Amino acid sequence: MFKLLSLGNIFFWIEKLTKFINSIFFVLLLVALSFALILSPPDYLQGDSVRIMYVHVPSAWIGLASFTSIALLSIANFLFKIKNIKLITKSIAPIGLMFTCLAIVTGSLWGQPTWGTWWAWDARITSMLILALFYIGFIAAHKFISEQERANKISSIVAIIGLINVPIIKYSVEWWNTLHQPASIKLTGSSTIHSSMLMPLILMFFVLLLYCALIFLMKYKTEIIRIKKKNLKRL
Amino acid sequence: MLQKKVKKRVSLLVVLFSSSVIAIFFILQSLNSNILYFKSPTDIKNNQDINFKKKIRVGGMVKKNSLIINEQEIKFIITDFNNELKISFSGTVPNLFAEEKGVVAEGKLQDKSFFIADRILAKHDENYMPPELKDIMKKNVK
Repeated sequence: MFKLLSLGNIFFWIEKLTKFINSIFFVLLLVALSFALILSPPDYLQGDSVRIMYVHVPSAWIGLASFTSIALLSIANFLFKIKNIKLITKSIAPIGLMFTCLAIVTGSLWGQPTWGTWWAWDARITSMLILALFYIGFIAAHKFISEQERANKISSIVAIIGLINVPIIKYSVEWWNTLHQPASIKLTGSSTIHSSMLMPLILMFFVLLLYCALIFLMKYKTEIIRIKKKNLKRL
Repeated sequence: MLQKKVKKRVSLLVVLFSSSVIAIFFILQSLNSNILYFKSPTDIKNNQDINFKKKIRVGGMVKKNSLIINEQEIKFIITDFNNELKISFSGTVPNLFAEEKGVVAEGKLQDKSFFIADRILAKHDENYMPPELKDIMKKNVK
């Protein structure tokens, strides 16, 4: 009963949220970019290539967070069979993959001048690549399996198994010797990044998060429209 | 509280998830030495059967005052603060290569204390700060 009712309601809220984000996004983007590219100081060692970090780190965070939420929602879907969740996870995946690839590409661009190599098969970089492959698996399951139920089941399994990779990515730099440096920002304890660089980083994170939300909402809207077009009474 | 159906799904999920966690744990455990991107001088010292023909990577900190640069080669010592390894390299080094900074060298061991590298990668640490702050810190140390 409330499923039918919520579809129209969700649509209304998506419209409102999209408009709100659109109204503040470009201003915030300008502010964050001017802090990241102009106002923040260069690094004492890397010079200006530190600015790549302001895109790289937030992208990696968002890529990881998106996958974690896809996996947790998939678990919820598996347990309680809430049909709406399927649309949500399906809508998060493309933007999550985009940010994961962005993290890998910007990391590579940073690695060339800093480490002296574009790519290294170390634990952090490889596990991040595996995350991208899990995303691709998840999306491919929806794309190529025409039977809805089956596609949903297989993509959920991909997401839930992929969840194991998330802590491996997080702790890879502590468990093994890697070329990638350990985390500068720690959940507990002080961070090893100066506040004049931390501030633009956090700003960029919020801006990119807003962008992620915007793309997600647009994709979610499309999915709902697709359902409505099929003229189904329920999901 | 929970429906019987849901309970069944929970147990299925827990079994599936925990068994795949255990499987992956064992895979990582058996791969352990291969996952390490580089070996430290201590690893080299403790390792009994080293294949001197195989290319490996070693890593550590470039020891202070150990860097010698001449026309043919760059010589330095890497240390993990317990053991040391002498390294010889001819070629270009990345910008961040310096004394008291992390480095990864790729090449072949000649014996347990001498390594000829054919590629040098600089390792960046997790510290980020503006140059002015670094100058202040240097002054304070002196």
